[in-house]
Amino acid sequence: MLKQVEGSAAVAEAVALCRPQVICAYPISPQTHIVEGLGKLVSAGQLKPCEFINVESEFAAMSVAIGASAAGARAYTATASQGLLFMAEAVFNAAGLGLPIVMTVANRAIGAPINIWNDHTDALSQRDCGWIQLFAEDNQEALDLHIQAFRLAEELSLPVMVCMDGFILTHAYERVDLPTQEQVDAYLPPYEPRQVLDPADPVSIGAMVGPEAFMEVRYLAHAKQRQALELIPAWASEFKRIFGRESGGLTHTYRIEDAETVVVALGSVLGTIKDTVDEMREQGVPIGVLGISCFRPWPTSAVRAALSNAKRVVVLEKSLAVGLGGIVSNNVAAAYPGSPDLVHTVIAGLGGRSITRRSLHKVFKEAIEGRLEPVTFLDLDYAVVDRVLQREREQRRSGPIAEAILREIGLVAAKIG
Amino acid sequence: MFQIRIHGRGGQGVVTAAELLSVAGFREGRHAQAFPSFGSERTGAPVVAFCRLDNKPIRLREPIMAPDALIIQDPTLLHQVDVFGGLTKDGYILINTSRSFEELGLEEFAAGFRPERLCTVPATEFALKHVGRPLPNAALLGGFAAATLQISLESVGSAIREKFPTKVAEANIAAAAEAFAFVTREIGETARAQTG
Repeated sequence: MLKQVEGSAAVAEAVALCRPQVICAYPISPQTHIVEGLGKLVSAGQLKPCEFINVESEFAAMSVAIGASAAGARAYTATASQGLLFMAEAVFNAAGLGLPIVMTVANRAIGAPINIWNDHTDALSQRDCGWIQLFAEDNQEALDLHIQAFRLAEELSLPVMVCMDGFILTHAYERVDLPTQEQVDAYLPPYEPRQVLDPADPVSIGAMVGPEAFMEVRYLAHAKQRQALELIPAWASEFKRIFGRESGGLTHTYRIEDAETVVVALGSVLGTIKDTVDEMREQGVPIGVLGISCFRPWPTSAVRAALSNAKRVVVLEKSLAVGLGGIVSNNVAAAYPGSPDLVHTVIAGLGGRSITRRSLHKVFKEAIEGRLEPVTFLDLDYAVVDRVLQREREQRRSGPIAEAILREIGLVAAKIG
Repeated sequence: MFQIRIHGRGGQGVVTAAELLSVAGFREGRHAQAFPSFGSERTGAPVVAFCRLDNKPIRLREPIMAPDALIIQDPTLLHQVDVFGGLTKDGYILINTSRSFEELGLEEFAAGFRPERLCTVPATEFALKHVGRPLPNAALLGGFAAATLQISLESVGSAIREKFPTKVAEANIAAAAEAFAFVTREIGETARAQTG
């Protein structure tokens, strides 16, 4: 059924259609609307049997999800930003124990300085934790990926993180096609755990493992993720068969057939990039887009195939490996068959900075003309940065940086873009 | 694509207005995207929300920097925020005020715009009269429908009914209808003044 709803509401309804049995909730923007929506469905008796557990922190949210999942329940939670960091120890445990928890991460920057706006720093900080990480381009895909995530998680006994851009998607009203319960039931069978805490048939889960076996456990986690590279496209096809639309998979390509320049990105910024690419195509520029839907496991072969004819690659990412450059771009460079020098990193949109077509046109043009630096910060205000550096050279007690920059740029409420 | 930017203050229902506008557009079979300018919400602080309407899926995620229409829910923002930023000369402006553009000190600014696209409506008065609270957003959407013809008053009404309980919805719909009639009359008077 077509509906015009907030992204968070669409995700809440999709999760409910997946019949979760335990939902652990701790509020943090921009995720809160999702668990609020689910809480309303549970309290109204529209989602049952399901236990909605208010916990005292994100660490507790993931710990309760681990317990629920180990007891054989389909478990779900959602978080963002500092919340994801606070639960990090349990996030690793969920993966290490092989528990198929599904979690939404409504992507948001990490402080300090405190910032509630969108970028991908939170999810990418956990990229090596052993969870599968899927990224949604729009609210339809966010909704669809949750349905696929439960299937994927339970088939592989691995937890799955569905990443959607905080505010940009979670708080956006747009058209979505909500599936029926029958469609979801046809796609997602009841949870059949590989391991379960059952008093009638006791087992230990989470024993200490020494050097004699730890490597093997880790290797199997890696092998399972590599196995997921084959299963994810297969389940995306199965999804298309039942729901009638393309969603998920490893990567999406757009106008790359004859593209000399390919732009690589994750998440909702792909929409703005595609509009920019259409405008450049009208001027005869051979440029295309590679969207990464599955960031972990990293789809090396799919990325390599998509970039095989590209003369240059621009990776536009909302994340920063401080002291190195790009996170996504490092993964892309490893898969790109050409020289890594032809893979440009553009760091953009950190802490919610708007990514506009105007700026994208400029940076793509620079790449095509061979003028783009290896690592570029889109729309960075160098004048402000230089003044801070100048002050640091001039005085030892130069003061806190963030506050000094705020004073430099003045009132921000008056700005629109 | 038709792009609308709504300026107001925290607590005036700016974000809800954009949401309702998108639902109204959806009801007419159009693709619609509404989103707020995300910030730490504080009552009284300047707030911006955006809505795009199109006949094809909307992929663009940048804020609306060159709007086709502006709805200004609070005229005290006129001298605090660059509310008119990016508006083209054939754009629409709808201001919640009982004063005219001249009385607001905008006479010079208004020159060069199409006069029938510059509208004012006392939306807060209509809201107080019908809803009993100074929430001008629904009334302004009625005025927007009259000014731009992008959506019908009926679609605004059905979006309001979907969002609010019956009693509140009907009161807001009455405010929207009065604003619609007011702006329709205002445009007629402007047209007569131009031709006469």
